[in-house]
Amino acid sequence: MTDVLIVASEQGNLPSQNTLELLGAARRLADATQGRVKAVVLGAAPTPLTAGLFACGADQVFRAEHPLLAGRQGDAYVAALAQIAAQAAPQVILLADDSCGKEVAPRLAHRLNAGMVTEVLAVEADGPAMLFRRQVYGGRAIATLAAQRFPVVATVKPRSMAPAAEQAGRRGEEIAVTLSLDPSLARTRLVQKVAEEVRGVKLENARVVVSGGRGLKGPEPFKQLEELAQLLKGAVGASRAATDAGWVPASWQVGQTRKTVSPDLYIAVGISGATQHLAGMTGSKTIVAINTDPDAPIFKVAHLGIVGDYKALLPKFIEKCRELT
Amino acid sequence: MHIIVCIKQIIDPEIPADQFKLDPNSMRQLRGGLSLVISAYDQNALEVALQLREKVGGKVTALCLGESGAMGAIKSALGMGVDDGFLVSDQPLLESDPFGVAHVLAKAIQKIGVPDLVLTGCVSGDTGDKVMGPLLAEALGLPCVTFVSKVEVKDGKALVRRIVEDGYELVEAAFPLAVSIISDDSNVPRYSKLRDIMAAAKKQVPTWKAADLGLEGARVGVGAARLQVQDVSIPQRESKCEILDGETPEERAEGLALRLRELKVI
Ligand SMILES: Cc1cc2nc3c(=O)[nH]c(=O)nc-3n(C[C@H](O)[C@H](O)[C@H](O)COP(=O)(O)OP(=O)(O)OC[C@H]3O[C@@H](n4cnc5c(N)ncnc54)[C@H](O)[C@@H]3O)c2cc1C
Ligand SMILES: Cc1cc2nc3c(=O)[nH]c(=O)nc-3n(C[C@H](O)[C@H](O)[C@H](O)COP(=O)(O)OP(=O)(O)OC[C@H]3O[C@@H](n4cnc5c(N)ncnc54)[C@H](O)[C@@H]3O)c2cc1C
Repeated sequence: MTDVLIVASEQGNLPSQNTLELLGAARRLADATQGRVKAVVLGAAPTPLTAGLFACGADQVFRAEHPLLAGRQGDAYVAALAQIAAQAAPQVILLADDSCGKEVAPRLAHRLNAGMVTEVLAVEADGPAMLFRRQVYGGRAIATLAAQRFPVVATVKPRSMAPAAEQAGRRGEEIAVTLSLDPSLARTRLVQKVAEEVRGVKLENARVVVSGGRGLKGPEPFKQLEELAQLLKGAVGASRAATDAGWVPASWQVGQTRKTVSPDLYIAVGISGATQHLAGMTGSKTIVAINTDPDAPIFKVAHLGIVGDYKALLPKFIEKCRELT
Repeated sequence: MHIIVCIKQIIDPEIPADQFKLDPNSMRQLRGGLSLVISAYDQNALEVALQLREKVGGKVTALCLGESGAMGAIKSALGMGVDDGFLVSDQPLLESDPFGVAHVLAKAIQKIGVPDLVLTGCVSGDTGDKVMGPLLAEALGLPCVTFVSKVEVKDGKALVRRIVEDGYELVEAAFPLAVSIISDDSNVPRYSKLRDIMAAAKKQVPTWKAADLGLEGARVGVGAARLQVQDVSIPQRESKCEILDGETPEERAEGLALRLRELKVI
């Protein structure tokens, strides 16, 4: 019997997309082993998430509010989850592999003396064994790992698991937890949050992503990519070479280190297609490459490509797209 | 200010796909004749440390757990300008899982003396768990901030720039502190000076074994691993790229737009 605890987050008063994917994975695991799905909702104030979590597969929801949990302060978050985990006693704890999950999961696993797997693409119970799949070597290989110790704390790579289906009217048990968190716990303080201006859609959610790399040779040409992205109602991404050069913000980076995207259309301009970049975009439905080098690895994953200088290609391509859309 | 930077020596992660091979027995990458490097983000971490030393003074130490050949990584770090280095090299320790590695590094850091700042890369270029910064923080009882591109000192505290999904955060914390480093244009690794490379070659680097750190078998090595690798495989990708041709770039560009329309992608 595998009880799975998922760490929920909200998006406009509803379970976030990441949370739905965690619930999907948790429900499948629990069903395969006659276990239960438990969800934990943490915050400074109550959120109306519980009903949505029940509807999407949770059997129990652990709710805890505490002023220290505002802004997902790491120390408080880890301490809170450790307390909830002690009460819920799951075999598996699933978190989204986002900025918060990446920091919290290893720390929680350390405190619980638990097993740990990060960036999980798939999880399955195979008899008594629990198997996890993840990429290693910058996406060059896939490893299958068997948990040797329980509970096991795992972060799930966004957009890799089927989300839970909603069953209206499904109910569960709500458990309010009183946390004991001392203010001295919080050893880091958020001074300022600077959100990059998003014109149009967010990169992670975009149906169309237009990305640029070192081949653009400067920040200027990204204006053309933005024009194209706007036209196709998409977002602009970049390779690490472009973000490291400071041409565009670091948060635009697609790949192993930062964002995973899986749009309907991904257009890579002046990007060679290093495995670490591919790790963040090969889930895209249609991949288009524009590159001067016919041997660039990006053409190995692209569905459509043009060999040539983007400078000569983009203006006409943009013009034609405007005409067609 | 004393800064310890944890560096991992890995096989060059940017080799072409056809040079990447797995050893079916160990299930790890085959070295072959490939070159070894300091893992990408650890070089950014070294740069962050050196810039901080230039601003506020102090000392930078490089620390590595690796094979005896990882002395090369320490020497490269010394060549970049760090003040001293320590290598932990003992075969059984190399088969540790991330908790084991964190335990070894924490013991070594305690032996060196817990510094004001412990830096790691945000992700290694080989196994890439993205966990070592937070694990070390826990093992040493330090606060931690992950995915940081810049560290400044303000009023005796650290003020760090943390890259998040939709921008960045400025986070304040008291020293001592553990931070994992991501790259941006402020921490592009510097080139080594010939003078520093020569000095590095002569510098003594202590090498420790498990016994020097008082490590117990129950917490390190393959026996302590909380995960077992069952399989590692290289996914085969079938290339099926349709290259658009045409006399002129304009024709090809138009062709691409038309094709996308045909496929109902735009
Ligand atoms: C641990 C680790 C993590 C990493 N994480 C990431 C990550 O998350 N994301 C990421 O992107 N990278 C990541 N990298 C870096 C990655 O290995 C590559 O170095 C990087 O992706 C290269 O960026 P690029 O394709 O823009 O540059 P390059 O590889 O230099 O490619 C530039 C391309 O532009 C083409 N070009 C040149 N001029 C033109 C022109 N006029 N018109 C059209 N094409 C042109 C060239 O033919 C070439 O193919 C990581 C590396 C490591 C080691
Ligand atoms: C084929 C294969 C087999 C494996 N076998 C097992 C297993 O049996 N059990 C298991 O649990 N795990 C296993 N792993 C996982 C592997 O042992 C861990 O990935 C590793 O210990 C954690 O390091 P990382 O580089 O992935 O961490 P990351 O968190 O990605 O590393 C981040 C940073 O930590 C620092 N760092 C990491 N390692 C060192 C070091 N040695 N010295 C100095 N600094 C360092 C560097 O600054 C690095 O940039 C295996 C992985 C593979 C691919």
